[in-house]
Amino acid sequence: MTDPDIVIIGGGNAALCAAITAAEAGARVLILEAAPKPYRGGNSRHTRNFRCMHHGPLGPLVESYTEEEYFADLMKVTGGKTDEYLARLAIRTSEECLPWMEEHGVRFQPSLSGTLSLARTNAFFLGGGKGLVNAYYRTAEALGVVAKYDAPVTHLELEDDRIAFLDYTCEGETRRVAPKSVIVASGGFQADTDWLARAWGPAAKNFLIRGTPYNRGVVLADLLDQGVEQVGDPTQCHAVAIDGRAPKFDGGIVTRLDCVPFSIVVNKEAERFYDEGEDVWPKRYAIWGRLVAAQPDQVGYVIIDAKSLELFMPSLFPPIKADTIENLAVQMDLPPDKLARTVAEFNAACGDTSGFHPTELDGVATTGITPPKTNWARPITEPPFYGYSLRTGVTFTYLGLKVDERAQCSVGNRPVSNLWAAGETMAGSILGQGYLAGFGMTIGTVFGRIAGKEAASHANAN
Amino acid sequence: MQMQTDLLREARRQAEICNACRYCEGYCSVFPSLHRERAFADGDLTHLANLCHNCRGCYYACQYTAPHEFDHNLPRALAEVRQDSWKAHAWPRPFAELFDRAGVAMAVLLTLSFATLFALAQMMRPESGEGFYAYMSHSLMVAIFAPAFLLPLAALAVSLRGYWKTTGATRLRPRDLWAALRSAGRMRNLEGGHGDGCNFEEEDRFSHARRIAHQAVLYGFLLCFAATSSGTILHYVFDMPAPYSLFSLPKLFGIPGGILLALGCAALAWLKTQADPELGAAHVWGGEMAFILLLEGTGLSGLALYAAAGTSAVGALLALHLGLVLTFFLLTPFSKMAHGFYRMAALTIEAAKADRRIV
Repeated sequence: MTDPDIVIIGGGNAALCAAITAAEAGARVLILEAAPKPYRGGNSRHTRNFRCMHHGPLGPLVESYTEEEYFADLMKVTGGKTDEYLARLAIRTSEECLPWMEEHGVRFQPSLSGTLSLARTNAFFLGGGKGLVNAYYRTAEALGVVAKYDAPVTHLELEDDRIAFLDYTCEGETRRVAPKSVIVASGGFQADTDWLARAWGPAAKNFLIRGTPYNRGVVLADLLDQGVEQVGDPTQCHAVAIDGRAPKFDGGIVTRLDCVPFSIVVNKEAERFYDEGEDVWPKRYAIWGRLVAAQPDQVGYVIIDAKSLELFMPSLFPPIKADTIENLAVQMDLPPDKLARTVAEFNAACGDTSGFHPTELDGVATTGITPPKTNWARPITEPPFYGYSLRTGVTFTYLGLKVDERAQCSVGNRPVSNLWAAGETMAGSILGQGYLAGFGMTIGTVFGRIAGKEAASHANAN
Repeated sequence: MQMQTDLLREARRQAEICNACRYCEGYCSVFPSLHRERAFADGDLTHLANLCHNCRGCYYACQYTAPHEFDHNLPRALAEVRQDSWKAHAWPRPFAELFDRAGVAMAVLLTLSFATLFALAQMMRPESGEGFYAYMSHSLMVAIFAPAFLLPLAALAVSLRGYWKTTGATRLRPRDLWAALRSAGRMRNLEGGHGDGCNFEEEDRFSHARRIAHQAVLYGFLLCFAATSSGTILHYVFDMPAPYSLFSLPKLFGIPGGILLALGCAALAWLKTQADPELGAAHVWGGEMAFILLLEGTGLSGLALYAAAGTSAVGALLALHLGLVLTFFLLTPFSKMAHGFYRMAALTIEAAKADRRIV
């Protein structure tokens, strides 16, 4: 094939939204996906929903979810560290995205069992993100988009204010291509644990990577080295506390543990370190990754008793089980006396539990201990006792390419005339810290479509 | 009735991954059923296995399929358990092994049936008689086919009673059976939840091809069965023996039925050659194909027999057609045909389970 009009680096949701939009505008599009075909789609493969503003019921979504409420939810998790203009653009555009997604093959399903709290705000993909990715590849290919797998990009040559060409490897050889427009949609750098360690220190070597092992930030580093504008703090990322037995890479959704609100969580010294009952889990899961990362050896231990075992979604790996707290401690390599003391202190601080309600903030709280547990605080007394280890699971990093409202990258104060970015690689432009479930797919869809449109009009005009 | 523990163990491992994920909840009946449990007893897995229609939607959407280290392949794990559950519940016991050698069994039985029927037609040719009865008397046909039809059904009834017990199902309620009939009537579980169909012949592309082909076979078969039944009623109740005219019930049922059956089987056989055998019980692929071809042959030979009426080919064709039917009947409890009965049982049991959940 002669040089395509547009090269899209990456093969996940943002890349595909860009590819489809550009191809529909008449551009010839080449997708360069670093992963082999079975692993195509980057982290999108592991996603499950799309957070969507809507006025009245829309697709699988019930009631309404306004721009103001959506934005307020985002402000809560980011602590105000967000670019309001871009955030509101993503939120406002999300409503028209959902029908667009359906038109391009994505199918939704009602909120999954165990996730009813998201039925109003998040539209779930039937079959999850890989189903979405499959549908988009079929749609893109029908539009003439060519996708190459096992084709990592190694270098983009920035000349003045434009990308002159890019190099990638494919079928064992290095190839050079000089498209009119380039879209970077190749995610964060979290799979490069050396890079993570440079930002976090050696602690990062204990992190697990929840998603694709192919997001190593090669293109991101190459562009930053050439002066392309960056955004975000290298230590900020979407990180959650996951089952410590999860695989190093690609464990995805099944490694999550939802039991923290019904537990106490201790570190390896058997000491509690944070309010386990601060809020419902969907609003807190994304802070626990950092909390665990700050503990010795980057590990935490969840302790529950028999009465809480069935209050949360089943885990992939069965919990460790013992008849006494001391035996549980031995099995989990925790100091037994210390754990027994911590549990006893916690139990003594629990009060009236008659108002316990597992799915609502019930105000069943401890008194007189630090840190407190402000909801769902029931004493851990009923054997058998169960335990899980927790580790930090990184989803994606926020250090990325700074973009404007047209998804365009810049160098110095000038735009790079033919370079756009979409998805996790530019999400740091909106997420300064914290994470809101389903917002990554919103950013990818909204900015993927914008990048595709802009790149195509640039290509068509040149 | 011992099922293979290694197959159950693998299905359990996979079901536990599914239960922690739940992304596929909307595809079919298997997932809501699976998500109701926290632990999976052998009977639960047997139930899930027979509820699975092998639509493969979950496989192509799965983030954990090979080369991922979880090596997830739920359609295959459930197909293996399903196949094993039929074997384990087969009655009489010694015939259970036929499930693993369905193709050979069909070939042998077909040859024997054809030869026997052909010889009988030659040796015991009636003095008089019209149409088929010119070759074989009605009473001889009844003497062969009544037991060949009824005894396998009795064997299946014993098997299904055992299956019912294995899955821990309670009493049979008409409304659950009705729900199962409605589901099977339109093959709801091959619609994919979104109504786009299932994945089969072209990886993750959704299509209704398999569902339509299956329903052509199902309804074609039922029409053929209605043709035979109406003939029996005309013969005994109204004293109207065969041959029947084109505008009689047996012909009005039988001709479209035979055509649907033949077209549906041809489509199913072709689709099967396109689909990935590793998403099913690969070791019985040949037997399943043989079963489709047996049904195809039954439909085609029936139509050929009608077309050949009055010619000298009728003698051989009649023996062939009756041989195919006899083979089909006799192997019903020990071949792919059994799936229809187990599937109806599973859909009925699931209707009851889902109902109990709501109440």
